[in-house]
Amino acid sequence: MTATSTFLSRRTVIAGTGALVVGFSVARRAFAQQEPQNVGEEPRRPVALPGSLKDAPLIDSWIRIEATGAITVMTGKAELGQGIKTALIQIAAEQLDVAPHAITLVTADTASTPNEGYTAGSHSMQDSGTAILNAAAQARAILVNAAAARFALAAGELKTGDGKVAAPDGRAIGYGELVSTELLHVEATPASPLKDTSRRLVMGRSIERVDIPVKVTGGAAYVHDLRLPDMVHGRVVRPPSPGARLKAIDEARVRRLPGVLAVVRNGSFLAVVAAREYQCVQAMRLLAATATWDGHSDLPESGKLYETLLALPSRDNDILHRSVALPPGGRTLEATYHRPYQMHGSIGPSCAVALREADALTVWTHSQGVYPLRGALSELTGLGAEQIRCIHMEGSGCYGHNGADDVAADAVLLAIALPGRPVRVQWMREDEHRFEPYGPAMIARLGAALQDGRIADWHHDVWSNTHSTRPGKAGDLLSALYLQAPFPPSPPRPLPQPDGGGDRNAIPLYVLPSVRVTNRFIPQMPLRVSALRGLGAYMNVFAIESFMDELAAAAGADPVAFRLAHLEDARGRDVVTEAARRFGWQATHAQRRPGFGHGFGFARYKNLGAYAAIAVEAEVARESGRVRIVRAVAAVDSGEAVNPDGIRNQIEGGMLQSASWTLFEEVRFDRTHVTSASWASYPILRFSDLPERIEVHVIDRPGEPFLGTGEAAQGPMAAAIANAVADASGVRIRDLPLHKERVKAAIGV
Amino acid sequence: MITLTVNGNDHTVDVDPATPLLYVLREDLALHGAKFGCGLGQCGSCTVMVDGRAVFSCLLPAAAAAGRQVKTVEGLGTIDEPGPMQQAFMAEQAAQCGYCIPGMMMRAQALLEAKPAATEADIRAALEPHLCRCGTQARIVRAVMRAAQAMRLVDAVGRRAEASP
Amino acid sequence: MRLIKVIGGLVAVVLVAAVGFLVFAHRSEIAAADPPASFDRELVARGARLAAIGNCRSCHTVAGGLAYAGGVPIPTAFGTIHGTNITPDRDTGIGAWSQEAFVRSMREGVDRAGNHLYPAFPYDHFTKLEDGDLAALYAYLMTRPAVRATAPTNDLAFPAGFRPLLAGWKLLFFQPGRFEDDPRSSPELNRGAYLADALAHCGACHTPRNGLGAQQGRHEFAGGVSASWAAPAIDESNPAPVPWTSESLHAYLRHGRAEHHGVAAGPMQDVTRNLAEAEDDDVRVLAAYVATRMGAPSQEREERAKGLIATAAERLPFNVPVPETMGAAAARLPAGAALYAGACAVCHDAGRTGGMDGIDLALATGVQLASARNFLNVVLDGIHSPRHPSAVLMPGFAGALTDEQIVELAAYVRATYSNQPPWPDIAATLRDIRLNRIAANAEARP
Ligand code: FES
Ligand code: FES
Repeated sequence: MTATSTFLSRRTVIAGTGALVVGFSVARRAFAQQEPQNVGEEPRRPVALPGSLKDAPLIDSWIRIEATGAITVMTGKAELGQGIKTALIQIAAEQLDVAPHAITLVTADTASTPNEGYTAGSHSMQDSGTAILNAAAQARAILVNAAAARFALAAGELKTGDGKVAAPDGRAIGYGELVSTELLHVEATPASPLKDTSRRLVMGRSIERVDIPVKVTGGAAYVHDLRLPDMVHGRVVRPPSPGARLKAIDEARVRRLPGVLAVVRNGSFLAVVAAREYQCVQAMRLLAATATWDGHSDLPESGKLYETLLALPSRDNDILHRSVALPPGGRTLEATYHRPYQMHGSIGPSCAVALREADALTVWTHSQGVYPLRGALSELTGLGAEQIRCIHMEGSGCYGHNGADDVAADAVLLAIALPGRPVRVQWMREDEHRFEPYGPAMIARLGAALQDGRIADWHHDVWSNTHSTRPGKAGDLLSALYLQAPFPPSPPRPLPQPDGGGDRNAIPLYVLPSVRVTNRFIPQMPLRVSALRGLGAYMNVFAIESFMDELAAAAGADPVAFRLAHLEDARGRDVVTEAARRFGWQATHAQRRPGFGHGFGFARYKNLGAYAAIAVEAEVARESGRVRIVRAVAAVDSGEAVNPDGIRNQIEGGMLQSASWTLFEEVRFDRTHVTSASWASYPILRFSDLPERIEVHVIDRPGEPFLGTGEAAQGPMAAAIANAVADASGVRIRDLPLHKERVKAAIGV
Repeated sequence: MITLTVNGNDHTVDVDPATPLLYVLREDLALHGAKFGCGLGQCGSCTVMVDGRAVFSCLLPAAAAAGRQVKTVEGLGTIDEPGPMQQAFMAEQAAQCGYCIPGMMMRAQALLEAKPAATEADIRAALEPHLCRCGTQARIVRAVMRAAQAMRLVDAVGRRAEASP
Repeated sequence: MRLIKVIGGLVAVVLVAAVGFLVFAHRSEIAAADPPASFDRELVARGARLAAIGNCRSCHTVAGGLAYAGGVPIPTAFGTIHGTNITPDRDTGIGAWSQEAFVRSMREGVDRAGNHLYPAFPYDHFTKLEDGDLAALYAYLMTRPAVRATAPTNDLAFPAGFRPLLAGWKLLFFQPGRFEDDPRSSPELNRGAYLADALAHCGACHTPRNGLGAQQGRHEFAGGVSASWAAPAIDESNPAPVPWTSESLHAYLRHGRAEHHGVAAGPMQDVTRNLAEAEDDDVRVLAAYVATRMGAPSQEREERAKGLIATAAERLPFNVPVPETMGAAAARLPAGAALYAGACAVCHDAGRTGGMDGIDLALATGVQLASARNFLNVVLDGIHSPRHPSAVLMPGFAGALTDEQIVELAAYVRATYSNQPPWPDIAATLRDIRLNRIAANAEARP
């Protein structure tokens, strides 16, 4: 067999990746919108319409029906392995009264879907899910009204099902026959005739995810698998230290290698393009081996990281301040918690394909934000945004802002050097480890006063770099910093409350009579950082929920009871009670085996998203300091549960990933560069660390708004583990990660 | 020229004999199941079976695979007719991003072919070389347990069918 | 009749001798006792640091098992012996051992019940320990969590299973007695020598043994074996391509890796993992002592090492197909060269931007040794990170490469990265390792 026979034609590939939107009216408002320039985790929007309908109010920006009856649903959000496609299809199918498989879903593509900013902040269900829910319900009502006119019956007499509107007399008419170009080209209204929750058939059911079959059978499921005719491969040579500048290369020697098409050098940006992938890797190695560099970054002494950060200037802002005069007496406690740099560490290194043709540039990317990326690429290349099309294709799980946008820029720079040929770039493992933007190192100092067993006063100071350097500007793309004419990095910015960045979830949900929470934003970044799942919430919840246990201990109270005593939010109380009940807290907590401990953690993500409470049983091996999670039980409330198993999958994954961060992870570096260059020097959770049992209990709230789930477990899990370790060993450890050397040093012999 | 036998079919490819099998599978044979994760034998996402054993294809020179039976996830079934291992992963919804999954399946397949009665402890131990960043491990273990059961059942039925005239 | 008498006489003599021997071999039981209810914390902490140097865990803790609960199979020339449970469990561990019983076991190789112990337990070294150190070790062990676990029975060839015979072995080879300082040496080096000999028992692996399994004192540190590994000489004949220094040894012993030497593998990795928990000063004097035993390298050796380091730094990535990257042996051994290029070069050659961990093989001791054992073991099993035992530094190739391919690879590496003659019969060495593994696996299965 020949290799070329298996190439997909470009046409099929494009069709399969979300371009099949022909003959539809252009929902102008959605596309004309500029990408937000100063974006945090999500675009800002005016009030009024539900979810992302605010920004793209035309119904046919979301739902289009062809004369054949084919239904296409569009979302500006991307599938990141969180199962969003399936949930959105369920919502649309439910409200349109069709079977899920009757719907084609098109995800983020600047040529065809609304601009929904980033797929981040656990916002997809709130933004896109809500938009599609309402748009679909309104579309159905429009169709029913159109049918009513045709049948000359009252709309109330008609029923929908199976893509048809049916009259009591047996007449029926397909949606396709009802639509005209203009029918759905109308603005949505604030209220929608949603199906009664008791009549729901598709929502609330754990239907199988639509993206899994192709993934388990070797189909082309990822941008990594995209193969275009005449595609070539690029690799970038990264500097030995981020601050190093390229001095010289032996270009001629590399050019002589088989398959090499171009050595691209622009300032300190150095890359090679070759016909075949392995040839490209070989050429990249030779290029790297013969390149010489000057200078280096000055990184902090790794043992003094937190002191270094604290010594940097910070911009301080009380995000909550309410003081009441305290009666005298009581007890005060203080504690400081630390979190090192941690990485996204996608299993598949970042990848992108770019093609420069005539005056168009097409980029296939697993970026979380195709529109913001397009804006940055426009600045980088000088091309107009309308000349650039960014199409989302799935990547390996990203968990935030990893190398996805950077590698898209790499591919674009190389595609411009080789017009007419699609250039695929995939980072090497060491590039991903050393150059992705990390989750920032953080410090949280908490203090509280206890009176009569209750918290009378509370303060929380959190120091952190920014949690988003996502593109929007060219200077946010790694390689743009190395060009002959480099782009300046965007000025670091804190993300505003109520979502927050470093201060995300710094405000506890507990009842606190007197409280001060201060965000101490540090603009200067020793290492490049950005959004990592949960942002500051991971650290703040870890700190708050650890501190709650410290306070409970000081008050002589049971940790769960102590939380409930300070929690008035009814849904918060429900998840706490449910997690404790399913874990058997009451029954088993009194009879822990020696060496074993129980820990609890709770938070509502961003105080706006899903509620999650987690109980953990852990064993601490005294000899080695190794922490083993025996079992973990979570209760979660994500509002209306569209796909309960999808929620369970997300929460389970979040719990295990958080366990990995909490027990093992720390980006290591010396004075000039990051030394965590592979999995050997950045260990993560493995099967031998998998708990014996892990359970997630979903509290369904039919009819309630969707709440983002994807990041809800990160903080509570970290705290639950730390609390279980403290419970098992009698020693409180406030520095992450709780790796065995640290635990062993803390507990002694 | 190297002749490789992949999923029962012979392919002759013209590559440098040192080229890791992974690149040949993906680029020359358009088999996308095996993934590049690290290229260092540290993550398992490139795992395929060679002569029945799970092998990191990122570190196996193509020449070293010549004349041996290579099996990739495409050899376990198709999207229309998924094999028991694939069915089990779908039934358990054992994927988030799914990037690590084909490698996991191939390791699990090798284990179950060698040891059909593998216990949960065996499965966990066998999968130790594999990383999953999404935290899907619990589901992966459940999926492999399910696949083991299904494969034993198929075996038993097969034996009964053979036994009857 | 006469014959009968003669035979009878002989039988009597043998019997008397046997009885006499048994009397000689007999050791009395030391009464069961309750260990003290508590120990001085500082003493326990000191015991912990000493136990780390003594590498106790390696033989008394199965991988992933409970600390000191025993059960580790230890292959010897006479069969398999199992590390025993040394947790303070009364029935299955040493919970009923008084300090006296503990000290007797360490100094004389006799358990509390009076049984002679196999010298796989290195009492020939421990006999030299000071009283204070023994007290600290006792305090440490007696404060470990008690685990109920009985080690599997030993599997020894006849007549090695008959314990009283060990008395005879001791008579021939065992010299009880304390460590004695060398008055010509410095206090630091004496401390290093004491730790190396009495506690770390380096000689147990690095000194050759005679046919009856006793260390040959005259050849101390001249190289021995440990499980299926060669333990290289750590005297003047040390084969490291770059001569060890006290500093590089310290780094290696303490962190399991040293520049220009690579990462500890096999049984030595356990040793270094334990030494990470010892007192840093102790590891430092240990390293200094071993360095003096290796002696100052010759000018010529120094020069050669410098050359190797320089070549390694400049070596171009071999898997890149340009002639200047390939060694001369590539033409002669193309199959091995292709294997090296596709499977090894990615980590072991220059050209990586990430500072990968693989060492240039010209600097690796395993490639220089007379036997291919260590090289083959590493290829088969790979190397785990010394710091994070579950993280893979180098993957094993046991299933990936066929035996034939491994042999080709070994021949190529030896030819390219050492100045030694080819390894004799690599295939036989590989077979031998595999056979031992099959046996060990069978053993590990309950
Ligand atoms: S890609 Fe082969 S083990 Fe990671
Ligand atoms: S499912 Fe994403 S890495 Fe495993």
